[in-house]
Amino acid sequence: MNNFETVIGLEVHAQLNTATKMFCPCPQADYKAGANSAICPVCTGQPGTLPAANVKAVELGVKTGLALNCRVNEISIFARKNYFYPDLPKSYQVSQFDRPLCEAGSVEIDLKPSGSKTIRVARAHLEEDAGKSLHALGSRALDYTLVDFNRCGVPLIEIVSEPDISSADEAHAYLTELKRILQWAGVSQCDMEKGELRCDVNISLKAAAVKELGQKVEIKNLNSFKAVKDAINSEIARQTAMIERGETVAQDTRLWNEKEQKTVPMRSKEMAHDYRYFPEPDLVPLRIAAARLETAKNELGELPRARKTRFMKDFGLNNYDAGVLTSDRCLSAYFEACMKEAPPSAAEGEAKAVANLITGEFFARANELKVNPEDYLSKTISPVSLVKLAALTSAGKLSASAAKTVFAGSWGTGKTPEALMGELGLAQVSDSVQIEAWAREAIAANPDAAKDFKNGNEKALGPIVGMVMKKSGGKANPRLANEAIKKILAA
Amino acid sequence: MLTAVETVKLIKEKKLTALTALENCFKAIKERDGEIGAFLEVFENSARAQAAAVDAKAETGKPLGRLAGVPVAIKDNMAYAGHRMTCGSKILEGYVSPYTATAVQRLIDEDAVIIGRANMDEFAMGSSTENSAYKKTKNPADTACVPGGSSGGSAAAVAAGFCPIALGSDTGGSIRQPAAFCGVYGLKPTYGLVSRYGLTAFASSLDQIGPLTSTVEDAELALSVLAAHDPKDSTSVKKPALERPFNMKGLRVGLPKEYFSDMKGVSGEVAAALDTIKNKLRSAGAVTAEVSLPNSVYALAAYYIISSSEASSNLGRFDGIRYGSSVKGASLADVYRKTRARGFGPEVKRRIMLGVYSLSSGYYDAYYLKAQKIRTLLKRDFDAAFTKADVILTPVSPTTAFKLGEKIDDPVTMYLSDIFTIPCNLAGLAGISFPAGKSAAGMPVGAQLLAKPFNEGLLFNIIREVERAA
Repeated sequence: MNNFETVIGLEVHAQLNTATKMFCPCPQADYKAGANSAICPVCTGQPGTLPAANVKAVELGVKTGLALNCRVNEISIFARKNYFYPDLPKSYQVSQFDRPLCEAGSVEIDLKPSGSKTIRVARAHLEEDAGKSLHALGSRALDYTLVDFNRCGVPLIEIVSEPDISSADEAHAYLTELKRILQWAGVSQCDMEKGELRCDVNISLKAAAVKELGQKVEIKNLNSFKAVKDAINSEIARQTAMIERGETVAQDTRLWNEKEQKTVPMRSKEMAHDYRYFPEPDLVPLRIAAARLETAKNELGELPRARKTRFMKDFGLNNYDAGVLTSDRCLSAYFEACMKEAPPSAAEGEAKAVANLITGEFFARANELKVNPEDYLSKTISPVSLVKLAALTSAGKLSASAAKTVFAGSWGTGKTPEALMGELGLAQVSDSVQIEAWAREAIAANPDAAKDFKNGNEKALGPIVGMVMKKSGGKANPRLANEAIKKILAA
Repeated sequence: MLTAVETVKLIKEKKLTALTALENCFKAIKERDGEIGAFLEVFENSARAQAAAVDAKAETGKPLGRLAGVPVAIKDNMAYAGHRMTCGSKILEGYVSPYTATAVQRLIDEDAVIIGRANMDEFAMGSSTENSAYKKTKNPADTACVPGGSSGGSAAAVAAGFCPIALGSDTGGSIRQPAAFCGVYGLKPTYGLVSRYGLTAFASSLDQIGPLTSTVEDAELALSVLAAHDPKDSTSVKKPALERPFNMKGLRVGLPKEYFSDMKGVSGEVAAALDTIKNKLRSAGAVTAEVSLPNSVYALAAYYIISSSEASSNLGRFDGIRYGSSVKGASLADVYRKTRARGFGPEVKRRIMLGVYSLSSGYYDAYYLKAQKIRTLLKRDFDAAFTKADVILTPVSPTTAFKLGEKIDDPVTMYLSDIFTIPCNLAGLAGISFPAGKSAAGMPVGAQLLAKPFNEGLLFNIIREVERAA
């Protein structure tokens, strides 16, 4: 295996986030909608119907290109890809061929354990989805096929990488980054379970010393990141074994069999279609005016990777925290809103405390309550309160458990931490006279533990501190309680 | 038969009802369409309902549309909701359209009455209407002759006096050639002027809907209703037809030397009729000028590559899966094979095979791409010609209507009958065929005028002047 280099390119189809289909006014139906409930004469290919390009889909295509550092072509051309299948009602798919909307881009991925790599993007083009063929109903195989045209005509962007990916892990990192960018740009929701993001893998092995690539094997229709990773690893093993046995890897199209964890042949290239691509005469060339490009650029704003770098630089966040905070556009906006509330003199630790609160408590609760990220600013806890809470905790004025209670109390209520602390009597006690009094009582109640500690058993301190916390109703500052007990026992 | 202009006038003056106008049409159809075979179906019920609605409107004093009560036939390749549409093909036998074509809807919105669907060559492929899978249409001037094609049913319907206006579609001459054969007016509007939405596509980049009429005024009236931008057709233009001040004095009429220096293949009667038109133009004050279309010799070849390539893709949807006729088979491929083998006629199959071949990998550059280059060169030829001429005069067809069965087994000779009409589609120009006299045998002869895009108004004006000079 060491003798071979793995060369991988990915073709990703993302469903565009539009209300209607690519070429007709039908709505993009929910995947649970009844079969053939979102169809019309155009998307079922009735004679005489014509396509009219969805302006919003074009705009999202442009944003994809910009977000992937592509050149967005001023003129691009729709083309027909001809083949016969029952779920393709016109007998051709309207796509783009030799003049796509976007070309020559790149995606920066993080490598493990460290470093980064640039994966070049060859092209991104607009196309329409086909319908869905059902060969079985549940577990019952049918001796006929049912076709649902709801998905037929749904707009897609196909993003084709250059063969710059060298491992399953890199493929995973690329997909993760791509998904983050597409979601960030509002291009696609990228829900793989709903088929909104689909991936084909092209993979070949070559001996390290050899210049030309081996025969390309395509693995089609992978619908989870895990499947992509597993399929690549399995295919590397299969091709390696073949080459080591002296066999030749033939050009092939394969499918991933999840159950058996192996790729299986789909059709040999000899039977491959001649798609007879030619420019779609029913659509005029797509022209992207400079003003339209500018608008898209402005709407797109700062991209996640740039924002992450800025967070690290401006707020002193580490790579991990900055990464989590820029995994979602709304989350990063929420963090920024918080940092605006932090006093300008705030120490670096302040940002860290805010970040911790957001990536920990905030994120967990938002996910649990399924809060839409767009509602982070309105339906969670106000940035002012969150910053205050972080400050109170790091200043020792609130214990960790009390902080949790306050956090829960201010969630969705608009109550300030101070008000809640008063209401619930949760202010942490740091008065040394009071703490010393509790400490003396606690030592008196635990003579054995006190003796053990004096004999050098550090652990014996635990029950005494616990007693202080109990006596104080959880309000004693645990650090001060610790110090007070040690001081008394040392005397 | 009343013209459309006369019909509208009488109905608006309440001297005629739409129902009477319609019944007159039905009477003429019953009397003679058994012999002519222009219609595949007469929409008796829906037409009567429409006419009654127009009359009700007139009675209550509501404003009437520009085509109030005018009976109109549509070619069988245009969608009309709730009505059958077969494109002259067995593969669409029984198909009922779920929606209405924009062009048809625009007629209806102006209170026209849609009386039936006219026969045509299967999927508009042909020049004699003999390729219809349903019936042969006869030329009203001589029933032993073809009416031309592919809009032969539409031309015959107007020529026989069944209705004043019929819609046709023109991909390479399918409105103009039958108009010439039957002795009526046939307009191929500039590409993009009339919406194609609802017109079953033959060759998308060439197809255009247009009217066949018995007067130039009716053609003008019909176009004024049909021409409009349609957001459902991305190739339809926002620009309206141009209205320019018109002066016959000094009008430059271009005569392509490739056609006129050597009228080889053009019958003496057609050549003589063209001479008469030339003289009339001159006596009306126009000047003639020789122009050159050097690439027109390649037009026919380029046309058959491009139109067949597009057709091979456009006709893929007739697969027996969702609509139309379907033949059961042992496998999916078998269903496709049997359905299409049985559903399509020989000419359609010939064009699909030609188109698939031209678009195939390895042949694309040599055929499809080269044909597109010729198309560009031909457009340039016309651009140059139109710097020397305001309009171009040509024959419509090399001969008058030929006999039924005469050319049906000889596709290439049949293709050659479109040699003068094809360049207009390839270059996206406006073209009209108008009556230019009769042969010794009494068969109509047509002449063609071509104009720059959106200059339909100029064509109408010139024809009016020529007819005044007569």
